[in-house]
Amino acid sequence: MLSKRIIACLDVRDGQVVKGINFEGLRSAGDPAELARRYNHEGIDELVILDVTATLERRRAMAATIKAVARELFIPLAVGGGIRTEDDAAAAVDAGADKVSLNTAALSNPALITTLANRYGSQAVVVAIDAKRDGDKYAVYVRSGQAATDRDAVEWAQQAEESGAGEILLTSIDRDGTKVGFDCEMTAAVSRAVSIPVIASGGAGGLDHFVDVFTTGLGDAALAASIFHYAETSVHALKAHLQQHGIPVRMTP
Amino acid sequence: MTPIALIDYRAGNLTSVKKALTAVGAEVFVPESPAEMRRARGIIVPGVGHFAATTAIDGSWIAAIRALLGDRRPLLGICLGMQWLYEGSDEAPDCPGFGVLAGRCFRLRGSSSPERLKVPHVGWNVLEWRRTDTIADGVPDRSQVYFTHSFVAPVTTDTVAETSHGETFASIVQRGRIAGVQFHPEKSGDVGLRILRNFVESAADE
Repeated sequence: MLSKRIIACLDVRDGQVVKGINFEGLRSAGDPAELARRYNHEGIDELVILDVTATLERRRAMAATIKAVARELFIPLAVGGGIRTEDDAAAAVDAGADKVSLNTAALSNPALITTLANRYGSQAVVVAIDAKRDGDKYAVYVRSGQAATDRDAVEWAQQAEESGAGEILLTSIDRDGTKVGFDCEMTAAVSRAVSIPVIASGGAGGLDHFVDVFTTGLGDAALAASIFHYAETSVHALKAHLQQHGIPVRMTP
Repeated sequence: MTPIALIDYRAGNLTSVKKALTAVGAEVFVPESPAEMRRARGIIVPGVGHFAATTAIDGSWIAAIRALLGDRRPLLGICLGMQWLYEGSDEAPDCPGFGVLAGRCFRLRGSSSPERLKVPHVGWNVLEWRRTDTIADGVPDRSQVYFTHSFVAPVTTDTVAETSHGETFASIVQRGRIAGVQFHPEKSGDVGLRILRNFVESAADE
C-alpha cells in the first residue's frame, strides 16, 4: 500500500533556513544542509527547498544551497520560489533538484508547465497553489500570498493537471504558521478534483493534525516546516503516531 | 572504480542517477556513441517519461548492448528503462521494447479500481518478495522505495519483488545478468543505494 508522505520544507533566504508566520516576520532556523541531514536521518520522505526571497542576484547562491543539500541526499528533492522560466527550472534541476515547484509563473503562463513536463516529465513538475478562504471558494493568491487573483484553487488545480503538472502543493494562507491544523476541507476539495497527488501545507502544529489531513483531508502527502525545525516533534515520532492510527507510512530503522 | 555506461536517450534528467552510482563506487560515463560502450563493465538504462522515447535506443545501440550482454556484462533498467526490457507497452503500442523479458507493460487502473486510487503512482511503497536474486541481496522484505509512474510490468517468473497499487505489478525483476527496478533506487534512501551497490559489484565481479 502506498505510504502517506511526510515532507519537510526548508524556506531559504540568503543561504539560511527561515520560517515566518503568515508569510511574514522571518526568523532564522539554521543551515539547510545540516537540517536536510537531520531530517533524512529521522526518516523524512522528501524535502522541499523554497527560495523565499528569490531575486536575480541570489539565484546563484541558491544553486549552491541546492547542491549542498543534494550532495548526500538520496530521497526526492523539490525546489521552488522564483522559478519563472525554463532556464530557472533548468538551473535548479542541474544543481540537483528532482522536481521544480511553480507558483506565480504557472498561473501567468500555464504553457510553462507543459514545456517543463515535456522536457523533464510530469513527475518533475509541481504546481504550488497558495489559497485563502473567500466565502465557499478558495481564492488563489500569488507573489508569496501578496496578490489576489480571480482564480479558484479547485479549478486552477484541474487546469494545472491538464497542462502536465505531476503534483499539487496546496498551501492554506489562513493556516500558514498558525499551528491550528491543516485546512482539511480545502485539501479534500482539491484532492477530489484531480487524479494527481495533493500535498497539504500550512497549519501543522501537532501530531493529530497530520492524522486529520490524511483521513478527512484526503491528502496524499503533508508538508511542514516549523514543527520540525524547532524539534517540537521528530519525523520518527510523527510517523509512529500515524502508524498507530492505521495510516500507512514508511518506517525507517 | 567500475566503469558503468549510463544510456542517455533524452528521457529525463540523469543527475541523481549519476550521483547515486558514484556514491556506491561506480565510475559513471554517458557514451556519446555505441562504440564508446565497449569499455563498460555494466549498463544502466534509466529514464522517465513516455515509452515512445525508448525508440531513441535504436539498432546500433541495441547491437552494442547485446554485445556487452554476450560478454556477460550486467544490465539494469530503471523505471521506463525497466519497462523497455519487455516486449512492449500499451503506452506506445507501435514501439517494440528490447524484448529480453516476456510480457507487455500496461497502465494502472487507478480511479477505475475499486479503491479509487490515484494514478500516477507517486510515493513510497512496499517491496514484497516472490523469490531472491542477486540484485536484491541484503534488502529486507517489506522495505519501502520511491515510485513515480503510471505504467507497470506484469508479474511473471522473472519477478523478484512485487508491489501493489490497486493491482499487483513487478517492482524488481531479474533474469540472469538482466535486472530491472520500477522504482527509483537513486531516490530510495539506503535501500535504493544497496540495490545499486549490488549491481555495481556484480559488474566488477566479471
